Amino acid sequence: MLGILKTIAATFGIAARKPVTVQYPTERKQLPHRSRGFPTLLWDFEHDEPFCTGCQVCARYCPTDCMTVTMKDNPKYAEGKSPRKKIVDTFYIDYARCMRCDICVEVCNFDAIVMDNTWRSVEMSRFDRQDLVMDLDALLRPSKTGLLKNPFRDPMGVAHSGWVPKTEGAEGGSEEE
Amino acid sequence: MARPGAEHRHDLETIDLYINVGPQHPATHGVFRMILTVNGELVEDCEPVLGYMHRGNEKLPENCDYRQAIGYHDRTDYLAQFNTEWTYCLAVEKLMGLEVPERAEYIRVILGELNRVASHLMWAGAFGTDVGFFGTPFMYAFREREVIQDFFEAVTGERMMYNYFRPGGVAWDVPDDFQEHARYVIDHVRRGIDDLDALMTDNEVFLARCRGLSPVTPEQAINWGLSGPMLRACGVKHDLRRAEPYSIYDRFDFEIPVGTEGDVYDRYLVRMEEMRQSLRIVEQALKQMPKNGPIMASGLKRVLRPPPGEVYARTESPRGEYGVYIVSRGGDKPWRHKVRGASFCNLSPLREMVVGNYVADAIIILGSIDIVLCEVDR
Repeated sequence: MLGILKTIAATFGIAARKPVTVQYPTERKQLPHRSRGFPTLLWDFEHDEPFCTGCQVCARYCPTDCMTVTMKDNPKYAEGKSPRKKIVDTFYIDYARCMRCDICVEVCNFDAIVMDNTWRSVEMSRFDRQDLVMDLDALLRPSKTGLLKNPFRDPMGVAHSGWVPKTEGAEGGSEEE
Repeated sequence: MARPGAEHRHDLETIDLYINVGPQHPATHGVFRMILTVNGELVEDCEPVLGYMHRGNEKLPENCDYRQAIGYHDRTDYLAQFNTEWTYCLAVEKLMGLEVPERAEYIRVILGELNRVASHLMWAGAFGTDVGFFGTPFMYAFREREVIQDFFEAVTGERMMYNYFRPGGVAWDVPDDFQEHARYVIDHVRRGIDDLDALMTDNEVFLARCRGLSPVTPEQAINWGLSGPMLRACGVKHDLRRAEPYSIYDRFDFEIPVGTEGDVYDRYLVRMEEMRQSLRIVEQALKQMPKNGPIMASGLKRVLRPPPGEVYARTESPRGEYGVYIVSRGGDKPWRHKVRGASFCNLSPLREMVVGNYVADAIIILGSIDIVLCEVDR
């Protein structure tokens, strides 16, 4: 009997505490800076083109093979407006297949891909799985429109894979192992 | 093993009845199926059916390079992700002869121990539901588990599948407010454990249902290959953190709680005490942790190519001994990759533990094993 009374006392004591729940759709908890949503591409405002050169290193290291990347010659390079010889042509990520492991961000030589740390990438429910395959426009949109203000670019990401990053604008597609 | 008063009564003529518990049954904690043969309320036979959650988690890393496989280890035991990652990283480090920097070791210990607390909290909540406290312990446990998960999210960026440990260290450095955040977590969780303690430990209903249920002797436990809290509840003082101190566990002062009877109540007590001891370890680790320094072994190539050889690494995961066996033939992928799942081995004597008890108690016994079906089926 004593134990049951103790239990009742415990529940009453805890009932007096403030609730910890958040009324989700109307109010949202703040996501931490390094929150890992789905990978998105960054937009280079200086040269008005994506950072991505289409070197496919992310596609190669993706454990689930959820990425498809192709590369083309950069027309702006010929005009002298951009330091990038090559630029991404098409980029597809199947968000339904992605397991948000962050490996693509770590291996990227150009810091072109980041994990989206906004609520947008957490609320990804769709009626059709096909809608979860993102093309280049959809991948660049958060960065281009300024929704993705402060992405977490891992300062250690490249360094501790034992690999020294080349300066930006070096020829895309090359990588050391 | 039958309870007093539960002996078979021969004056009543009954027929055996098959009850199918699972695969979709809330009490089996996942997709696990028990085919119970019952005589009235008594379980006469139990046939566990496994494999519904089989995803080839042992085979998949054989097609991945050594860094890619970490993500699959998160998904092997989804309640103790850091511990499984840790085991895998230990195996690869052993194979390659890597020296892990001190700071990385402390980060690993802190996260791994908090993960143990989170896993045990989850267990305590779910076990409360099994026993018959609908909702309340579950909510109390989850409230504190949420605090831990917020902490993990602040450090790694993910709530469940962290993918944070790497062979040779951890993936990136912890945030600046790591120490303060960790201390906040410890304070909250300690209070939460006390809440659960007050709610369940002395409760007569809880005692009536758990005490003396399915006692396991130390000899049986060793013969069945039990490990973790299941083994320690029987009175065998075996903890890999002490018996075979991996990482830096020889630097911490903590106790290994052991039970006496080996019954369900002892398993509960051992887990509750283990949470407190884990928090003690975290506190010590926070004090000793170097302020800065490298978090990753130097000189690693992007693609790891360990020398040919085989290795078995094991750690004390919340459920027991979690082991990873890797055979390397020198390439960038493991040639063979095998996981020793703790809850799979703890589940194997289910029939021996369940037979002779009531149907309602079979659910409690199953709950007390603390199974994670992702790890059982892999």
